[in-house]
Order: sequence, then C-alpha cells, then structure tokens
Amino acid sequence: MDPKIKASAIKLGNNIDTDVILPGKCLIIVDHYELGKHALESIDTEFVNKTKNGIILIGGKNFGCGSSREQAPIALKYAGVKCVIAETFARIFYRNAINIGLPVIECPGISEITETGNEISIDLETGKIQNLTNNKTIHGTNLPQFIMKILTDGGLIENLRKRLNKK
Amino acid sequence: MNITEKILAKASNKKTVSAGEIVDANVDVLMTHDLTGPLAVESFKKIGAEKVWNNQKIVIILDHQIPAESIKAAELHKTMRQFAKEQKIRLYDVGHGGICHQVMPDQGHVTPGTVIVGSDSHTCTYGAFGAFSTGIGSTEAAAVMTTGKIWFKIPQTIKIYVNGTFPKYVTPKDLILNIIGKLGVDGAIYKSTEFTGPTIHEMSIAGRMTLCNMAVEMGAKNGIIEPDNITKQYLQEKIPNMPDFTTLKSDKNAQYEQTIEFNVSKMEPQVACPSSVDNVKPVSEIGEIPIDQAFIGSCTNGRIEDLRIAAQILKGKKIKDGVRTLIIPASQEIYKQALIEGLTETFTDAGAIVCGSACGPCLGGHIGLLAADETCVSTSNRNFIGRMGSTQSHVYLASPAVVAASAITGKITNPTTLEAKQ
Repeated sequence: MDPKIKASAIKLGNNIDTDVILPGKCLIIVDHYELGKHALESIDTEFVNKTKNGIILIGGKNFGCGSSREQAPIALKYAGVKCVIAETFARIFYRNAINIGLPVIECPGISEITETGNEISIDLETGKIQNLTNNKTIHGTNLPQFIMKILTDGGLIENLRKRLNKK
Repeated sequence: MNITEKILAKASNKKTVSAGEIVDANVDVLMTHDLTGPLAVESFKKIGAEKVWNNQKIVIILDHQIPAESIKAAELHKTMRQFAKEQKIRLYDVGHGGICHQVMPDQGHVTPGTVIVGSDSHTCTYGAFGAFSTGIGSTEAAAVMTTGKIWFKIPQTIKIYVNGTFPKYVTPKDLILNIIGKLGVDGAIYKSTEFTGPTIHEMSIAGRMTLCNMAVEMGAKNGIIEPDNITKQYLQEKIPNMPDFTTLKSDKNAQYEQTIEFNVSKMEPQVACPSSVDNVKPVSEIGEIPIDQAFIGSCTNGRIEDLRIAAQILKGKKIKDGVRTLIIPASQEIYKQALIEGLTETFTDAGAIVCGSACGPCLGGHIGLLAADETCVSTSNRNFIGRMGSTQSHVYLASPAVVAASAITGKITNPTTLEAKQ
C-alpha cells in the first residue's frame, strides 16, 4: 500500500454509526463490491456516485459507532473511500478498518480545517495531513509500528500470512 | 489494578499492566454468529490455516437471521454449519440456542476472570459475570481462530457507582439509559466501564447483563461487574469447575480515570428518543408519542425477568388496536420457561405475537421491520437511523415495563401512571 494518499474530501458529522454506513438488511450480501454499492445510502443515496474517483472521508467524533460489522469499512473501501480521517473513532470500526486495509487516522481538529470538496493529501507514515485547497496542515495520531505494518501489508490477513510463514 | 486490568494482565502473562500499555492477550473463548461468522470463515481460509487454534474454545451461534428469511441467509447458515462440522466446533442451531449473548453464559461458556471476544459489538454483555469481554470484527475473529491471541490497549476505566433502591417499574434498563444520557454516546470511547455500588451488587444477573450489554452504546471497550455470590449462584450449575474468584476484585488503590455516581431511588422510567442512544429523557418529558409497534426482546431485554414484568402489565389487558406487539424470548430455554409460567398465554390473549428466539427486528434484518413514518418503542439497544427498517422510521428505546404499558395505550406510557388510572 502506498503511504501517500491524495483525493478530495467528503465531510460528515459526529457519531456516524455502522448501521448508517451499511444497514443491517445488507449483511447477507457477501460480494464486497456489492456491499460498496450500499455505503452510506441511509443518509445519502448519491454517495456512491461521488466516490468513483476515490475520496477521503472526514468524520467527526465517534466515527463508526455501533455494530461490529466489518462489512461497514468493507463497503466504504469498495465504494472508493481511500482513507477515513476522524476526530475520534469507535474502537471496533477502527480495528476493522485497519484489519481490512482501509487506512484510518485519528485527527482532532480535522473537521475544522476541512470542507467537502477540498483536496487532501496524507502521508500515513508521518501522520501529516495537508489541505491543498486552503493550505492548512495538521497532524494525525501516529499509529504504533505493528499496526502500521498491518496497514502496509494490506490488512490483517496478509500480515498474519507473512508472520505465520516466517515461523 | 482494577478488575479489567487484572484480567488482561493475567491473560497476557504479566504481573501488572496499566492504562495505555499494549498487550498481546490469550483468548479464552471466541464467539461468532451467522452474520459476521461467514466473513470470519472467509478470512480464516484466506489466512491459510488448516485448523483452528482450539475448537473447544470457539462457539458459533446462529441467531440474527433465523430461521433463514432468504436464500442468501440460508447460504450463510450453511457456511457456518459446514465450518463447524469441519473444525468440530460447537454450533447452536435454530431451535437449540437463541440469542448469542444469552446462550453463552447460560450454556456455560462464560467464566469470571476470562477473556472472551466475539464478532458482535454486544459481546461486552459477559462483563455481568466478571469476564473481560468485547466485540471484534470478522477478520480479527479469524485471526483469533488461527492464533488464539489478540492485541489490546489497556483501557482507562470509568467507575460508575450506583446507590439507591429502584422504584416500582424502574429497572436496570432505565439506569443504563440514564447513564448513557449523561455520558453521551462517546462518553466512554476506548475505555472500560466498571459498575459498582450497593445497587449493582443487589441486582439480578438479568439486570447486570442489561447494564453491561449497553456499555458499548457509550463507546466502551467493556462493561464489567465484580463477581459476587449472585454470580456464583447463577453460574454454579452451568460451569462444572467454578474457579475461586474471591480475589477477582478491583484493588482499593486501583486507578480510575473518573468516578461517576448515580442514585436510582428517585429515577423515572427513561426513554432514548430517535436517533441516538444518548438522546435520553424521563418518560414524563417526551410528550405524546403514538406507536405502531412495540417490541420486547433482544440481548438487552429478552430475559425471563423482562417477560415477567411485561406479562404482569399485560395480564387481562388488550393491546391497542393498530399496535403490533412482538415478544421474543432471548433463548429457547427462556421461551420454554415463559410457556411454563403461562406468560405466553398472557401475551397471546393480549394480542401480542410471541416469536421464536432470535435477534428479531432489533437490527432490521429479519422480522418486524418498520415502514416509513412508523414508530416503534423497543427494549433493544439501538435507535439509529434505519436500524429497524425504513430510514424514515423512528425507534424509541425503553424498558420492558414501559414497552408493555405503551402497547396497551398505543403511545409511550409510564407503567406507573397506567396503573394509577386503573
């Protein structure tokens, strides 16, 4: 995975829950691209039409609260979300996103310096986030090395495969 | 150390741990179900391991979309049955279990002091028995299936000290809604919540499970209660070798991020209004809310104690025309007990439908879904947008007593005022 990401932002509010990210009725869907078609449809039926070229999702506090459904970050990833930056994350969503190889950065203050449509550039290794539209820079919380490794391996499956093969 | 730190220290072979430290913990039990399990199985196969780390420590419970309502759900169930058979894992199938969080303790899979993870956010329920338990995702569940280990950041802990005696028709559900209303849906994010105080240690296991179940609704990693004699009495017939848990208590000098005190003596029944679990008001302050559906059940409030209080209110009454009432016992055992005690007859006579043990309408995937502009008062745990069906529908969360009283009047009702009118 390339640690440098650049895309335009879509900004959401606080407490975006996983039912809103992917409703319960979709949990019987197995295909990841099919899941992607339903991402955030509960609050924005046009969301998936805005993500085709890849976007960076900006969340407020407690992003991804609620259900443990891993299908929620999968839906975002396959809809075209390249990274989620939020003020804070709900813990299960945060782990799930990393485990499926969807970069997430906790960054208090991100909502204040970003608006939908802004061009954002991210360096996952340093945690540096630049808003190229308004030239503001902010730093997200750095990930511990072993978690960064899960992300750069593309997720927990590949990371674990590598670790098990070494043994 | 507090009880959560003690359990995580032991599980990671350390003498002490403190908040902020990252540990690699051994898992005692892994639970998965029909909606998150198939993805875990897919990930497990991609990891390439042939056998699970310990098939005696994994439990599969089919509960979300049961009996299968669609071919897709039936295929998911088939995947889980095949995997359980291949790996010789215990699977509780349709008619043999019920909601995972009820089946787990009732079938002896929960022991005080252990680490339990499950691919369901309400796995935190087992803190009611003094276990450290928390929800994880499917791929993480696959990793646990492979290695038996998981990393945790030792959480900061909020102590919630509860005093007082519950007034009639005020229940542990009202207490936890009140707590969430005060702390907010991210009030305990990344943290542990430890419930303690005289009210907690006089509380039944059913009530403790309701409290710990909803800890995740304020973002908590876990909710936990020190095990005591009530825990022992409940579990002694379920666990063959009950460990001595007399030392499984928080030390007197244990560290807490903060302590918050609650008193239930003057508490009113509470209602969480749409569409956030912390949008909590006393029932007297919500105004007139007509309902289309009343739901009593879920891992939060589908226990026999919940059905008893509902039956007490519904006995000899008729449910208001235009209100559909669904009652779903949390397990097959509770279903049977409700039959034995005549509760099912009371519900049926009142005009409610009693469904087979499952998650039901709680997550909007199966039965009892809502149309646009419909309102449901529910004993479950989430009222998010579209949680129970249409994104234009409305879910209010309350206790079984409030839901039963509301079914009779057709609007959200305090059971005490209903009783006073009679």
